[in-house]
Amino acid sequence: MLFGYEWVTGQGDLAFAASILPMLLLGLVVTIQATVAGFFIAVILGLIFAALRQSRFRVVRYVTGFVVEFLRDTPLLVQLFFLYYVLPEFGIVLPAFMTGALALGVQYSAYTSQVYRAGIEAVPPGQREAARALDLTERRTFTHVILPQAIPRIIPALGNYAVSIMKDVPILSVVTVLEVLNVAKIIGDQTFNYLVPFTMVGALYLVLTLIASYLVRLLDRALPKTGLPLR
Amino acid sequence: MSEPIIRFDKVVKRFGALTVLDRLDFTVQPGEKVSIIGPSGSGKSTVLRILMTLEPIQEGTIWVDGHPLWHEERDGRLVPASEAHLREMRKLLGMVFQQFNLFPHMTVLRNITEAPIAVLGMSKQEARERAMELLELVGLADQADKFPHQLSGGQQQRVGIARALAMRPKIMLFDEPTSALDPELVGEVLTVIGKLAHEHDLTMLLVTHEMRFAREVSDRVCFFDQGRMVEEGPPDQLFTEPREARTREFLKAVLAPQE
Ligand SMILES: Nc1ncnc2c1ncn2[C@@H]1O[C@H](COP(=O)(O)OP(=O)(O)OP(=O)(O)O)[C@@H](O)[C@H]1O
Ligand SMILES: [Mg+2]
Repeated sequence: MLFGYEWVTGQGDLAFAASILPMLLLGLVVTIQATVAGFFIAVILGLIFAALRQSRFRVVRYVTGFVVEFLRDTPLLVQLFFLYYVLPEFGIVLPAFMTGALALGVQYSAYTSQVYRAGIEAVPPGQREAARALDLTERRTFTHVILPQAIPRIIPALGNYAVSIMKDVPILSVVTVLEVLNVAKIIGDQTFNYLVPFTMVGALYLVLTLIASYLVRLLDRALPKTGLPLR
Repeated sequence: MSEPIIRFDKVVKRFGALTVLDRLDFTVQPGEKVSIIGPSGSGKSTVLRILMTLEPIQEGTIWVDGHPLWHEERDGRLVPASEAHLREMRKLLGMVFQQFNLFPHMTVLRNITEAPIAVLGMSKQEARERAMELLELVGLADQADKFPHQLSGGQQQRVGIARALAMRPKIMLFDEPTSALDPELVGEVLTVIGKLAHEHDLTMLLVTHEMRFAREVSDRVCFFDQGRMVEEGPPDQLFTEPREARTREFLKAVLAPQE
């Protein structure tokens, strides 16, 4: 029994599969929650990193660059263990779900900060020069000239990372988060049938990823390539 | 003669080890129309980009409308200019780019009204009226609500001219305004620039490969080579009887295929 649902064994795989589907779907909800939370952290933290890398102070730029490089070059699992086992030693005890979302967010912030940077740098230098020649302030240039042109490049790239985050969520099972793979494993441990739950997890992931990728593509196509229009 | 509106005083511009302008002296009188010609890499664009404050200088002084451009006077000494000073000085100048550099996400109208509203503090209504007058001038009044990518290159460049004029500069800088255009679109842009050349008060600096046009519109032509002004003079003199061998060589090379 799990989440108040009973599994049905001895009546064939189909009946078994049908009986565990509600449990897996509950696990899938946790997967999606972790994806959303991790993505949210990655989007915000990445923006902060990107801003710090533009700082006037060289020390800030270097330290940020080092941190981002460090986050990108160390495995997610190492970061996860670090947050889960080391933070409590400093008196910071977070629920497993929060720790997992944080680890995902922190790791992916290294990638999203890169997305912001690339999106901004892809705006041709002539745009900045024209803005300067027209005497627009730095701030106005950024908000009205650079950002509207960078955003249509940034958003689809962020969307792709959201899909990646979703596929990394199962790693959180090692710190007891009850996302969909962990649920499937518990079912397998209890019923000695791993094939059916794991196959179902694979299928659920396939469906989810296809839908998410399709949405990202739609979004990409909906965004005007020349920038968010200003009339 | 009146006080020059632009004066380069022994200006040195380097990119790393490469000296692009070598102790350049150069003056322009108010209302004067000056064309700059010369081979690729001779520093023509650099002169305009320095004036538009897109590139700093390493040595020397530039005076624009009586004020140092890249310096500020403090306690009788010249110190490097603050951003605030550069902002003030930029108001005197407008620039038209070879690649147009229109804002692709803004309508034609918005391209023209953006800076007058944001920088000069014009009301929307006033900026709009002024923009429509300028679009009338460049022959694009019916294209105000289009986006740049919906226009031809020649039309885009005419918008670029209107956009620069909207800031009411005393000095207009044109950096090869027709070089990126298909040959059949060059004429419409030159017509607009020619029209501006009749404006008595407007000072114009034009970098161009259109020798015939340069000869028609300019009061003076300057020939640049390797970061130096080799020769300057009235167009009729410079084009027909250049004094310097280097100028003759250049003119022969560029005029031969056209004639
Ligand atoms: N940002 C830069 N960094 C390094 N070198 C530069 C830069 N901009 C220009 N240069 C060099 O400075 C020299 C003068 O360039 P400039 O663009 O002023 O030439 P130009 O006379 O306008 O040539 P063209 O007719 O090709 O436009 C060239 O040798 C060029 O390679
Ligand atoms: Mg040039």
